[in-house]
Amino acid sequence: MHKNFRKSVLIFIILLAFVLIPNGFAFENRDEDEKENSVKTEHEKEKFAPGSFIFDHVSDSYEWHILSVKDFHVSIPLPVIVYSKESGLHSFWSSKLHHGHSEYKGFCISQTEADEGKIVEIMEDGTEVKPLDFSISKNVFAVFISMGFLFWIFISIAQKYKNKKAPSGFQNAMEPLILFIRDDIAKPVIGEVKYEKYMPFLLTIFFFILINNLLGLVPIPPGGANVTGNLAVTGVLALFTLLVTSINGSKYYWQEIFNAPGVPFWMKIPIPLMPVIEILGMFTKPFVLMVRLFANIAAGHIIAMGFFSLIFIFGDIIPLLGYAVSPVTLAFTVFMTIIELLVAFVQAYVFTLLSAIYFGMATAEHH
Amino acid sequence: MELITPGLGLVFWMVLSFSVILFILKKFAWKPILKALKERENTIDTALKSADKAREEMGQLKAENERIIIEAKNVRDSLLKEARQVKDKLISEAKQKANSEANKIIADAKRKIENEKEAALDEIKNQVAGFSVEIAEKILKKKLEKTKDQQDLINELIDEIKIN
Repeated sequence: MHKNFRKSVLIFIILLAFVLIPNGFAFENRDEDEKENSVKTEHEKEKFAPGSFIFDHVSDSYEWHILSVKDFHVSIPLPVIVYSKESGLHSFWSSKLHHGHSEYKGFCISQTEADEGKIVEIMEDGTEVKPLDFSISKNVFAVFISMGFLFWIFISIAQKYKNKKAPSGFQNAMEPLILFIRDDIAKPVIGEVKYEKYMPFLLTIFFFILINNLLGLVPIPPGGANVTGNLAVTGVLALFTLLVTSINGSKYYWQEIFNAPGVPFWMKIPIPLMPVIEILGMFTKPFVLMVRLFANIAAGHIIAMGFFSLIFIFGDIIPLLGYAVSPVTLAFTVFMTIIELLVAFVQAYVFTLLSAIYFGMATAEHH
Repeated sequence: MELITPGLGLVFWMVLSFSVILFILKKFAWKPILKALKERENTIDTALKSADKAREEMGQLKAENERIIIEAKNVRDSLLKEARQVKDKLISEAKQKANSEANKIIADAKRKIENEKEAALDEIKNQVAGFSVEIAEKILKKKLEKTKDQQDLINELIDEIKIN
């Protein structure tokens, strides 16, 4: 059965490629007049700007950039979906925007400081208005890809478990991780009685973070997107943890928050000092989760890219120096990537462990 | 700073995707996997337990066997002992019987000997009496012959008696 499933995944990938290739891999040269413009600023463009180079990598974008050689850009176009109050719903391929160099249907990528890199609608009077932006951006697309990977890996593994044979293949690689989450995180932290209820969530969050961390280390598509180094993504993950904690919070959990026992009454009335602190604590816990994952992964990417930038920074001074520095930076980047590999596991573990601890605290019967 | 301002669209798609992932994986992956893992653990657990039980039973059987063997040995020993006692008793009884029989025989024999002896003595006495009478007869026959002859005759007769 899972062979059929694998086949269908393969067909899906091939179809996806067919959809993408005609539209995109938009090998394009800029218009003539644009080229003239660029000639003027050629001197400035020659200079390598590590800041924007790194920033472009770690932030979200409307297309999946693969490589640029001089003015020749290769990227996977992604669908832009925007809703404007003026002109309604629009959807088009991001390749229509020509990497932010032209406008389409009145939309373009803003160059102003406030909305830089975001899609804006240009009004008749020339002002820019931000529409509601539901584009399948690079990060969204990467989330979809990781979703595909997760389904592929774990549903095929689940089929193997149903066969009741001795574990084999990739199943053997995943089983220790699943058992680790069950026996070393859920059971001791939440307790033997209640842990089973939280297992699906803990497993999902662990493997989602892990696979996105690992894909983020792969420099070419389907990897390379900075998904877990994006505040929106980690924020949503933390939000889910907060939701699960709040929904499953026991009577004692809420009592601790609104009317903590053992605290002098003047801490609660007339100024509800303790409840305010406790409610703040309720939100700081997931907030810390969000920031920790984001900062760790984003920082890893930034440092790795920073080492790469060294080649070009030195190359800008003397080209030969760039070549001379490259082995050193390469060694550093390899070293960083190995550390990032460790961080990928550690952060997935920490997020899962802390989520489990919060669940354990919320469901504890008494103190 | 785009890096720290979460995009609304991304949040929307992320909530949607993560909910879908959570739902699908929970239904089609985690539940069967966790169930299978638990079942497998239970199977191993019961197998181990039954192995333990079997081992315990084996031990019990062994102890039982040993106990039976020891018991059998004891029984054998006691039987042997009894047999030996019986044998000894028999022998001693036999000996006693033999002794008493022998004593009886001896006593009988003694008595018989005594009787015989008495009978013999009686006979001797009778014979002596007879001889005496004969001697007396012969003496009387030769009564008036020489005294010396008489004396010799008497001596001779006495010798004769002595021989007897």
